[in-house]
Amino acid sequence: MSIRRILIANRGEIATRIIRTCRTLGIETVLAASEADRNSLPAQLADRTVCIGPARASESYLKVETIVQAALGTGANAIHPGYGFLSERAALARLCEEQGVIFIGPTAEQIEAVGDKLRARAAAEAAQVPVVPGGAVESADEALSLAEKVGVPLLVKAVGGGGGRGMKRVDRISDLAAAMELASSEAGAAFGDARVYLERFVTRGRHVEVQVLGDGKGRVIHLGERDCSVQRRFQKLIEETPAPGLTDSFRRQLHEAAVRFSERLSYRGAGTVEFLVDMDREAFYFLEMNARIQVEHPVTEAVTGVDLVAEQIAIAAGEGLRLTQAQVQNRGCALECRVNAEDPDADFQPSPGVVTDVSWPAGAGIRVDTHIVSGARVPPFYDSLLAKIITHTPERATTLALMQNAISSTRVAGVATNLSFHSTVLGNAEFQTGGVDTGFVARLLERSPLLQRKVQHG
Amino acid sequence: MTLTAKDVAEITRLLEESTFDELYLELDGVKLSLKRNGAARGAAGASAAAPSGASAALGASAMPTGAAAPAAARPTTARGSALAAAADPNLHNVTSPLLGTYYRAPKPGAPPYVEVGSLVEEDTIIGIVEVMKLMNTVRAGVKGRVTEILARDGTLVEYGETVLRVALA
Repeated sequence: MSIRRILIANRGEIATRIIRTCRTLGIETVLAASEADRNSLPAQLADRTVCIGPARASESYLKVETIVQAALGTGANAIHPGYGFLSERAALARLCEEQGVIFIGPTAEQIEAVGDKLRARAAAEAAQVPVVPGGAVESADEALSLAEKVGVPLLVKAVGGGGGRGMKRVDRISDLAAAMELASSEAGAAFGDARVYLERFVTRGRHVEVQVLGDGKGRVIHLGERDCSVQRRFQKLIEETPAPGLTDSFRRQLHEAAVRFSERLSYRGAGTVEFLVDMDREAFYFLEMNARIQVEHPVTEAVTGVDLVAEQIAIAAGEGLRLTQAQVQNRGCALECRVNAEDPDADFQPSPGVVTDVSWPAGAGIRVDTHIVSGARVPPFYDSLLAKIITHTPERATTLALMQNAISSTRVAGVATNLSFHSTVLGNAEFQTGGVDTGFVARLLERSPLLQRKVQHG
Repeated sequence: MTLTAKDVAEITRLLEESTFDELYLELDGVKLSLKRNGAARGAAGASAAAPSGASAALGASAMPTGAAAPAAARPTTARGSALAAAADPNLHNVTSPLLGTYYRAPKPGAPPYVEVGSLVEEDTIIGIVEVMKLMNTVRAGVKGRVTEILARDGTLVEYGETVLRVALA
């Protein structure tokens, strides 16, 4: 079925980015905007904008029925959900399926399969993709024998827990029994479920993910990996491809594992398989699959020359995969810095407001994905992402140097930004060497005077 | 799809020369409604019709498709209506509480809830907005007389879009 008009159920830079591809494809766009985004750049750029509700996302961007109604009412025969909001909500994919609207993404069934941690882990095991060693234990004896196999340090986690609650770290096998007992009784009190499981604790880990495209009929290709280890409280700040310092065979194993996992689901569309790379053991474990386009997709586009949004649309329209694995050639090194309206001097607090003046970098090897122009509002209701600056050159060192120039030539007035944080990271010797672990940012902030100021602020 | 000021002037001239009182044009993403001055007053007002008497309201997406700065905010249907109402403090815009399909009557073929001239109270139902088979009633919210109905039956209304105007009692 050909796609002639797409309803974009998102905002900000990703809405702008989707519109750009639609224009090159000759596809009309309808932007579903909240009241706060009525005059945003994507609202200006879309062929039509409809106001779907008030600023609060729960009354606009997160309303499944309203989004589908907006598509039906404007004659759009497809919906692009972007990332975040409803992008991984099976209910939207399902309602689209029922209403004959093309959902540009995986099937509702696939979203559910990867959204459930236990199901995803089981699918990974079935596809012979390594998962973090560990498992459920019912007795102290069982725990002991498993702990000896997994090794220390390890975590005792509550089956019903989440967000770090009910989690105990065990550094010595002799402490295991006590930790189990404590975790189990806490879990029983907090979640009404006293079951616990053991999992290897990875002391030094990197976050490396693999971009895949699937035709929904079992054929899957990968477009290389991205290293997203520069994170602060699980929030990615800098991403790059290729992941520095991996051997060719390790890299190939990661790619093949991602393809095997996605093939097993007959995955449809663009997706990302996330892995935890255990640096001390030189091993990797499946974490989860993200069933959507990701914020950091431009680094992959830079090195492959593939427009991932265009491929998403082609797959949704039933054209299948237009590339073979051999046709995907990754060239050079690409880096992305997320410019957020948040203040590194005030514990990265969001800084909404009006961008009174802005100047983004430009030039060969530089790409900027943004919805921010002078006079743009940064509403307090949504995430603080202002722009993504992407640099691409044949070598990592030159890509970093180009990014340093790009960051220092960027001017944003009216709201605080994390540009100074990016400069600090780009100038850091450990980052320049490459291959930092996910604890890098926390260590950097501990050492820097910024934290002192934060403490003074209370 | 865009309409230039020249296009609007040309369409206005066509209306002036026609035997019609009202013109409603909806192109892809552009809504244009023109009304002769005094059309509601009937034939007596016909002689007063002059080009300057035609009111043009450019709807939601009459905008250039090229890159435009947000500073150059384009008028939206709701905003345009709000301006019209602001001109007359006695006029109140009744807006849609959500995005959906607007119906003026409880079911197809039934008489509309209200017409121009109808008296409404705060809780008078003035229409229905359907969102995926869910019917949401829209109430006037104010007391007065309906002076104008803007939302057309069976079409999409946006959140905050003016569906009708009421002269406050």
